[in-house]
Amino acid sequence: MSAQHHESASAALHGRNDDHGHDDHPAHEEGHDHGSLGSYVIGFLLAVMLTAIPFWLVMAKVIANPQTTAVVLLAFAAVQVVVHMVYFLHMNPKSEGGWNMLALIFTTMLVVIMMSGSLWVMYHLNHNMMPVPMSKMRDMP
Amino acid sequence: MNAPTMEIPAAAMAISAGEPKAADTAAASNRFLVLEHHPENGTLLGFWLYLMSDCLIFACLFACYAVLGRSYAAGPSGADLFDLPVVAINTSLLLLSSITYGFAMLAMQRKRMQSTLVWLAITGLFGAGFLYLELSEFTHLIQEGAGPGRSAFLSAFFTLVGTHGLHVTFGLIWLVTLMVQLGQTGFTPANRRRLQCLSLFWHFLDVVWIGVFTFVYLMGVLP
Amino acid sequence: MFDHVDLTKLIFGRLTLEAIPYQEPILQITFAMVALGGLTVFALMTWFRAWGPFWRDWVTSIDHKKIGIMYIVLALVMLLRGFADALMMRAQQAMSFGDQAGFLPPHHYDQIFTAHGVIMIFFVAMPLVTGLMNFVVPLQIGARDVAFPFLNNFSFWMTTCGAMLTMASLFVGEFARTGWLAYPPLSGIAASPDVGVDYYIWSLQIAGVGTLLSGINLIATIVKMRAPGMTMMRMPVFTWTALCTNVLIVAAFPVLTAVLGLLSLDRYFGTAFFSNDLGGNAMMYVNLIWIWGHPEVYILVLPVFGIFSEIVSTFSSKRLFGYSSMVYATVVITLLSYLVWLHHFFTMGSGASVNSFFGITTMIISIPTGAKIFNWLFTMYRGRIRFEVPMLWTIGFMITFVIGGMTGVLLAVPSADFVLHNSLFLIAHFHNVIIGGVVFGCFAGITYWFPKAFGYKLDAFWGKCAFWFWFIGFYFAFMPLYVLGLMGVTRRLSHFEDPTLQIWFVIAAIGAGLIALGIGSFLIGMVVSYRNREALRDLTGDPWGGRTLEWSTSSPPPAYNFAFTPRVHDTDAWADMKAAGYVRPLTGFVPIHMPKNTAAGFLISVLSAVFGFAAIWHMWLIAGLSFVTLLAAAIIHTFNYARDYYIPADEVVSTENERTRLLGTQG
Repeated sequence: MSAQHHESASAALHGRNDDHGHDDHPAHEEGHDHGSLGSYVIGFLLAVMLTAIPFWLVMAKVIANPQTTAVVLLAFAAVQVVVHMVYFLHMNPKSEGGWNMLALIFTTMLVVIMMSGSLWVMYHLNHNMMPVPMSKMRDMP
Repeated sequence: MNAPTMEIPAAAMAISAGEPKAADTAAASNRFLVLEHHPENGTLLGFWLYLMSDCLIFACLFACYAVLGRSYAAGPSGADLFDLPVVAINTSLLLLSSITYGFAMLAMQRKRMQSTLVWLAITGLFGAGFLYLELSEFTHLIQEGAGPGRSAFLSAFFTLVGTHGLHVTFGLIWLVTLMVQLGQTGFTPANRRRLQCLSLFWHFLDVVWIGVFTFVYLMGVLP
Repeated sequence: MFDHVDLTKLIFGRLTLEAIPYQEPILQITFAMVALGGLTVFALMTWFRAWGPFWRDWVTSIDHKKIGIMYIVLALVMLLRGFADALMMRAQQAMSFGDQAGFLPPHHYDQIFTAHGVIMIFFVAMPLVTGLMNFVVPLQIGARDVAFPFLNNFSFWMTTCGAMLTMASLFVGEFARTGWLAYPPLSGIAASPDVGVDYYIWSLQIAGVGTLLSGINLIATIVKMRAPGMTMMRMPVFTWTALCTNVLIVAAFPVLTAVLGLLSLDRYFGTAFFSNDLGGNAMMYVNLIWIWGHPEVYILVLPVFGIFSEIVSTFSSKRLFGYSSMVYATVVITLLSYLVWLHHFFTMGSGASVNSFFGITTMIISIPTGAKIFNWLFTMYRGRIRFEVPMLWTIGFMITFVIGGMTGVLLAVPSADFVLHNSLFLIAHFHNVIIGGVVFGCFAGITYWFPKAFGYKLDAFWGKCAFWFWFIGFYFAFMPLYVLGLMGVTRRLSHFEDPTLQIWFVIAAIGAGLIALGIGSFLIGMVVSYRNREALRDLTGDPWGGRTLEWSTSSPPPAYNFAFTPRVHDTDAWADMKAAGYVRPLTGFVPIHMPKNTAAGFLISVLSAVFGFAAIWHMWLIAGLSFVTLLAAAIIHTFNYARDYYIPADEVVSTENERTRLLGTQG
């Protein structure tokens, strides 16, 4: 009880410039990983590769089929996003007691719902409601 | 109303002085009471939540681009307009600024003010270079008659890329402000926290840019 | 090189004297009343020298309790405006048949139904739930304030400034005539070239910033600042629902910001997102805005579920039945609310596959909601129920909300929706759930927590009057609309040809009159309670036999909420403390670390409102200046590092001794 008390008293001393609550004592910073030189460099090299290959794929027209290219591009982007999250944003399941990760997963889910949902809905709308030539009209149910 | 700053150490002394008395009364109720409870600071979590909400704004713009991005209205398409080498330079500028910001954070950890400021300045220069290239691309397109009002595709393009650019602009303003504050008050807990927030913001913009160059530029020039 | 005309344009934009509607008698009367009221308040404030305390203790306050109260005051003021609109609509529709044109021309009528919707959702329902969450959540989790006290003040003033812009449209220019969601192409520049839609856009954008920030703030508060021992599954249900609501706010409001931003780009810069030509697609707007709009419904109703949970268990003197199922139901609703948005526009024509998917997800939502209703019923079952006013609202809610829910499931069937879409059946349905749910819940919550905020209960007689007028008035006002909707009458009409319909509209108008009496009773109740406050005084801080931590401190709570932070061992922490023979400590108080008041939030919000007003009227010079000032003010604010202070131990001691004395007089 009393040890805990002294700690909070000293925290109060240090935290006077704080917004509210108390200051980032080194002991409380475990959750916030700042990364190291090594991790930044690894991340950077991975990011450079993951950026360069897609540009090369498109600019040199490596894959003939545009649909395949698109899928490959999206896959590279997805991997690169993960690389940035891990090496630059220091995302890990422990930061802020897991709340950061939870928020990220929830947001990713919503982004997927929003993007795919909108595309799905609007594709069907266009498919059903766009004017069709008379020749095709005859074939419709 | 508010105690002058000078009094705070005295006030904190009173905590220790008052402790034995507090222990007496609180003993009966210590199943229920904590004498002084300092909740963790919520700034980094709060800022992360803000970034998530910002992410959803971008998701909206991406969704618009996905739906409208091929509505050329008999105007120019992405393949006609996009200059991939310039985009590649732009991408590398932003990527470089990401790692230089990382170096600034590392310098901050080692409490080296000079090198923190230098790395921040370099980050700012890369950011400014990125903005310059983007603006010149925009003016070029508008001069060619491919402005945001030309077609739904161009509206979605200008809005998505422009919103990202606007974020970079605010990031730069913030960066400069923070450099001034660092110079004035040093590595206080508040300033370190702000540096961390800006770090999140800056790297987050780089993540969004991955989406932009893949989804808008690279996939835009595909037939 | 500017000649005189250009300068006028630069400063005043398109604002001219004609924009002030001095030829409209209704607006003249309103303006006269508002001006009179404003002058009276101004004179009284000056007479009682209240300006200084008002500025120091309220405007610049970062105390979550005061901000919560201010939110609710804002909501009640805006309720009067929104309800005046409702009365005008009911009156117009009751009289405007055949040759009778009624008293509202279509141009004016269209503005009224738009303003009614916007005000009721954004400036009544939202501030009510935000205000209650602001006031209650920190107290329930044993915290001294929210995580970001400055942002809290800023959020409130942004919301208020948004509301003020909407009100300004009454006397300067006009409001949108597009319906509360401003669908393009009607809200596009071609069909609505005037300022109405711009007022709409900027009011919502400014208020939206406030809402988003308060959402982030409350999440961080709940996650970070819970009292020791309060694990997630020991949080009070209201705090749980507040957490889920704020998650929804943070995840939904950016979509509104984005889509309104796109609409303003279309209007200001001639982009082609939602236009009919150049490849734009107006349905994309509808799609996006409902991705925000559906979660918004749950943003409003989830905290209300929390309020009812607290009230049911308190007034049944029992632990809430099925706490964990309540929590899971809330979380499931939160997730599902993102999968149903298309049910608002089944008739768009996405086809059977899309419609059936969204129809089914919509029906699934009724399962967790139904589970909640059963939980409340089982809590009451074999409880010792006290029928005080909050409990009346709760029972009224359960009956009304179930009916609204059932008509909602009817509308969720896409084929039925093709018949009922945009009909008065829909109007009746959503008023059924919003009035029966959100409004009843907020009145219940206000009545329940009023003694906590002010130290005395609300008068029970007038509270019961308010409840019964609202309850009966609601059924009179909206059951006829169900009938009319089934007969095919569509919404937003200012004139009808078929005289056989008139009787239903007359009944609905009578219902609106009854609701007006309900609102009146509530306000009278406030005045009566204030005058009777000594008789209604509660000195214990726990007038209802509450079960959660907010009842463990005094009423009204001191600035620091709790002299010592409580340690939590149970879901119903305060009930547990009372049962275990908790003794209130009388000595050993220490200085308390608190945030300091600041005017920055108010100033930045006012600057935003000036910027919004200038953008509405195309006053580019003022818009530019106010934007730069805004930015500068925000930056200057970040240079202020001294944001907190200590309440000296002596002050804590004297506050707590006063409470000891008052508790002693209770015997």
